[in-house]
Amino acid sequence: MIRELWTYRELAYFLAWRDIKVRYKQTVLGVLWAVIQPFFTMVVFVLLFGQLAKLPTDGIPGPIFYFSALVPWIYFSSTVTNAGMSLVANSGLLTKIYFPRIILPAAAALSNLIDFLISSVFLIGFMAYYKIPFGWNLLLWPILVVLLMLLALSLGTFFAALNVKYRDIKYALPFFIQLLLFGTPIIYPASMVPERFQWLLALNPLSALIEMFRYVVVPSRSVDWNILGISVAVTAALFIAGVAYFSSTEKAMADLV
Amino acid sequence: MLRERLVEMIKSPFSGMKETESIWALRDVSFDSDEGEVVGIIGRNGAGKSTLLKILSRITYPTLGEVRVNGRVASLLEVGTGFHDELTGRENIYLNGSILGMRKREVEERFDAIVDFSGVEQFLDTPIKHYSSGMRLRLGFAVAAHLEPDVLIVDEVLAVGDAGFQKRCIRAMEGLRNGGRTVLFVSHNLAAVENLCSRAIWIDAGKIRMDGEAKEVIKAYMASFAGERISGSDLSGAENRLGSGEIRYTKFEYLSPDGTPCAVVRSGDALVLRLHYHAEETIRHPSFGIRLFTQMGTLITQTGHLLHGIHIPKIEPGDGYIDLEIDSLNLIPGQYSFSLWIAGQSSKELFDGDVRGSLEVEVADVYRSGRMLDSTQGIVYFPQRWRVG
Repeated sequence: MIRELWTYRELAYFLAWRDIKVRYKQTVLGVLWAVIQPFFTMVVFVLLFGQLAKLPTDGIPGPIFYFSALVPWIYFSSTVTNAGMSLVANSGLLTKIYFPRIILPAAAALSNLIDFLISSVFLIGFMAYYKIPFGWNLLLWPILVVLLMLLALSLGTFFAALNVKYRDIKYALPFFIQLLLFGTPIIYPASMVPERFQWLLALNPLSALIEMFRYVVVPSRSVDWNILGISVAVTAALFIAGVAYFSSTEKAMADLV
Repeated sequence: MLRERLVEMIKSPFSGMKETESIWALRDVSFDSDEGEVVGIIGRNGAGKSTLLKILSRITYPTLGEVRVNGRVASLLEVGTGFHDELTGRENIYLNGSILGMRKREVEERFDAIVDFSGVEQFLDTPIKHYSSGMRLRLGFAVAAHLEPDVLIVDEVLAVGDAGFQKRCIRAMEGLRNGGRTVLFVSHNLAAVENLCSRAIWIDAGKIRMDGEAKEVIKAYMASFAGERISGSDLSGAENRLGSGEIRYTKFEYLSPDGTPCAVVRSGDALVLRLHYHAEETIRHPSFGIRLFTQMGTLITQTGHLLHGIHIPKIEPGDGYIDLEIDSLNLIPGQYSFSLWIAGQSSKELFDGDVRGSLEVEVADVYRSGRMLDSTQGIVYFPQRWRVG
């Protein structure tokens, strides 16, 4: 299967390229939209949760605190959504051409990466503005990106396969994403959650990942290797489960979609 | 679907235990094909041709059995698969090429040839949403014609496009055959199958009815239609018809303009084709139509009352008929067939479809000269005059 995916890698690349091209066709601001969305969300968060609700930010400047979590969150939520819809959206391809079906959610994960990288560059600019020095922790960043992609893909492939059969996913998915925003430490720090509820937060593999995205930015924080280890293990398990479910339904997809 | 199942469970909680009735789209279909062979697959609508192609292309998987292919397979079940409206012609060539299994390097190498073949050079950097349907088709086929797979699976794509373009496509397919590649070709155009294929396979009701030399198979296939003419104009037993069945054709009649039945239909006659139907329920905004074909399966014309701006608000349950009045039947004598349908208001709604009938046109002295027309003079003739200057 892996060898087959390798022969079809160019198709994944072309489909991702198509998505990127199409996304910003006939827009005035073009690729700037990749930054506008997290930026203004951050501004609203700073005003609403920082100034008004006075939620703590773990001693990190508010804009950095929110923005560093929003960038991976937006990647995650849009990838899960796009990947989840990818099979149904490309039903024309599915019923006319053979290719490993997992190429479609994978292309969604790939095309969203561009937006993610652009807004990450913006984050670096923010850090410079707040005079936060670059530390060794940042070396972990590429690993976090891979983990984030795999985690988004594991849910994305699962929903994509399910969506082929049950179009309920179309309605359930945005709702699920919306709830997950509150179940993940994005507008609040994980440290704010009482000790006896911490396990609930740990159940959500995204929460550890988002926290780490936040803390690799701040050089003074030491890395919690335990949490990273658990994240890797949970992500790997979810990814295998998601891909396994996807593969088990793959053969019937063209008939059901 | 989930909801349907829940509702279903409430209605009849033990339905899951009943054995569901399954239909075998294909059964016991087994054949080999060698390098350099061009195989035509023929059969009626619903015989299982498309299912066979989808299984051979690995799009759907057989419940039982297997397909073994040596080499690279490309399937062309549609021209321009994956074209995106917002992308330019140039971008779509790369995208479509990649979808059909070409490497980027291969597309680059053949890019100029593809553009040349398509004839849309001028509009290469225009989004294809501004293309005409003919331009899209040419672009799609241009990419497809430059595929170099070991096995090519083609479904009916030649049915569309103008004659000049079809010729180019056939030449491209001949090129593939001469290059030692295997081509599997499904078509209703029996003339194309006969020209292109050395071998033909006739699929009937999910089984191989005949497999052999293309000419022989086509002959036998056409003979099977001839047998049906005797059953006459009663359509209640028509085989392989499509549609959901709320309203169906029951029979057709050939009438003279005065309403008396025609024993023979001749070239140039005034003819009324009366189509009887039976509606099970009230049908709103139905659309009746007909396609007329030559014996070789070439579409001559397609028409319906909607084209004349005539709308039928509704039809009450029961029997009724609709008349197609032809002032002059300008067909050269010969065998013709037609296919009837009744559609609903939306393009997806089909009540009855692919109901086949045949029309035998007898010789007549249409030019009043004593000279009779025959099939060497084509398919149709126009009302005309010659004046010597």
